[in-house]
Amino acid sequence: MEKILVCIKRVIDYNVKIRVKPDETGVVTEGVKMSINPFDEIALEEALRIKENGDASEVIVISIGPDDSQQQLRTGLAMGADRAVLIKHDEEIEPLTVAKALSEIVEKEKPGLILMGKQAIDDDCSQTGQILAQLCSIPQATFVSQVSIEGEKATVVREIDQGLETLEIDLPAIITTDLRLNEPRYVKLPDIMKAKKKTLDIIESSEMETDFSSSIEVIAVTPPPPRESGIMVEDVDQLFAALKEKGLMS
Amino acid sequence: MSKVLIVADHFDGDLLASTSKTVNCASEISEDIDILVLEKDSIISPQASTIDSVKNVLSISNEAFEHPIASSMAPVVAEIANDYDCILLPSTTFGRDLAPRISAILDVNQVTDIMSVEGPRLFKRPIYAGNAIQTIKVADGQKILATVRTASFKELGNSNNANVIDTDMPAVDVPSHTRYGGVQSEKTERPDLQVASTVISGGRGVGSADNFELLYELADKLGASVGASRAAVDAGFVPNDMQVGQTGKIIAPELYFALGISGAIQHIAGIKDAGTIVAVNKDADAPIFEIADIGIVTDLFEFIPELISKLD
Ligand SMILES: Cc1cc2nc3c(=O)[nH]c(=O)nc-3n(C[C@H](O)[C@H](O)[C@H](O)COP(=O)(O)OP(=O)(O)OC[C@H]3O[C@@H](n4cnc5c(N)ncnc54)[C@H](O)[C@@H]3O)c2cc1C
Ligand SMILES: Nc1ncnc2c1ncn2[C@@H]1O[C@H](COP(=O)(O)O)[C@@H](O)[C@H]1O
Repeated sequence: MEKILVCIKRVIDYNVKIRVKPDETGVVTEGVKMSINPFDEIALEEALRIKENGDASEVIVISIGPDDSQQQLRTGLAMGADRAVLIKHDEEIEPLTVAKALSEIVEKEKPGLILMGKQAIDDDCSQTGQILAQLCSIPQATFVSQVSIEGEKATVVREIDQGLETLEIDLPAIITTDLRLNEPRYVKLPDIMKAKKKTLDIIESSEMETDFSSSIEVIAVTPPPPRESGIMVEDVDQLFAALKEKGLMS
Repeated sequence: MSKVLIVADHFDGDLLASTSKTVNCASEISEDIDILVLEKDSIISPQASTIDSVKNVLSISNEAFEHPIASSMAPVVAEIANDYDCILLPSTTFGRDLAPRISAILDVNQVTDIMSVEGPRLFKRPIYAGNAIQTIKVADGQKILATVRTASFKELGNSNNANVIDTDMPAVDVPSHTRYGGVQSEKTERPDLQVASTVISGGRGVGSADNFELLYELADKLGASVGASRAAVDAGFVPNDMQVGQTGKIIAPELYFALGISGAIQHIAGIKDAGTIVAVNKDADAPIFEIADIGIVTDLFEFIPELISKLD
């Protein structure tokens, strides 16, 4: 195939302890470390491996988000992507809108494969890939932990609640990644320098056909209810006693 | 009153508990609840008709539904959905795979992981692995399409006898671009992770697949199910379907044992609704103790055998 499109989202780094803003409008992002959504990094790694294996000639990374998302796209370029596209939009947007905007790019670039994360670890929606697959009328394989490309087809293994499912899909298709698919490579310093010279196109969301307004209103963002503080016990007998007290053991 | 349609989640001839939990969520939205069963032959529909609070079971039997292929099911659900105001699926891998394709066809935004119903159009859902809770409102006049966080709702009773309505396959295109190649799942006699009242989970601290036998032995003594952290799955101690957490299963047992698990937020995300969390770790500073109800600092290889012997 000629091109692989990889969708990457800028999110709060998975190691950061999330704090809710006191005014309940969202979570604190000021001064917080931002990264590529971990599943998207895995998607990019897989795309690079497919290219290195000779099954694709170009890897394009795309993100929709604020101007700062350029940082994550540059990291993607440093990992080895050939070029990047940023659709610039400052407000938070829902998966349906993201997928519609992505479908415009898919139409233009006509990738043979689209790789994305199975979920963004900020909104935890787990929707965008599947919506995009339907909008483009192409197959999807979600939660994937193994991919092999065979010409115009791919065989994938999906992590489902009951175990591991195998699917064969025609290309072009969308694959969403699970954690066990691969271990993303580390970025080396010379690659960061090289990445600065690669193309990063910026498109304003207002230049797109997609309507970026929303029909789901966020009323409030609140911290989860706290759990009651627990106790420490010294041995198995004390544990039994504590469980009995809670009625969990007779 | 709004009409609710639920898409049944089933596997290998059995209706899954996630369907009943989704009906429970629906019962807080409306009393007018139908279940749609897409299957090959009518094995699941009679099971669905016993779930309390269900009015009708729409049964579509077709070769296309021998396996749950989202791209085959989505156009059919979207067609049936025309007569409904609210479409719910469980937030299992089945529901999460399928629901967004319906969202695309109907052109409505989907709500993922309803954890509570606050009003007919007002829902709470977790974000950031449950470290924040969003309250969201679906616009008036718009169809509600959502997945339901099954750990937040209990299974309903099975004393119903709802109408089973054999329904014709709608005239929609079922694509052939996706072909099923089998499921590899390890059969176990132990209760399902998502319904078990007691779950014993092991982490990297368990050390090996062989050492997990100790957990199975304890589980069998307690009639419990066995889960694991991602590190234990990645290390190959246990299969992927045992992973508990943000990217594994979200569970709500009455009693949860975390053995040799450090307590990363992604793991905690899967057990926030557990009744009582017991943590066993040899490191007194392990973060798991911050959320555990009962903690014990000890070596799990001493703890488990002693616990087993005292259960005899
Ligand atoms: C996007 C993303 C999603 C993730 N999703 C999940 C998920 O769904 N589920 C999940 O679990 N993780 C998930 N993780 C991984 C998570 O961040 C942690 O890496 C993982 O949970 C650690 O597993 P662990 O606690 O078993 O291992 P460790 O963190 O290595 O902890 C092992 C613990 O065992 C203790 N120990 C060792 N030996 C003994 C002994 N003999 N007796 C008693 N205690 C002992 C140690 O003190 C230590 O605390 C995710 C990560 C990312 C980035
Ligand atoms: N704003 C975005 N820009 C680029 N890719 C995105 C964006 N939002 C979501 N995605 C992709 O869609 C996947 C699933 O996101 P979600 O449906 O929000 O959980 C992510 O892992 C990304 O690959």
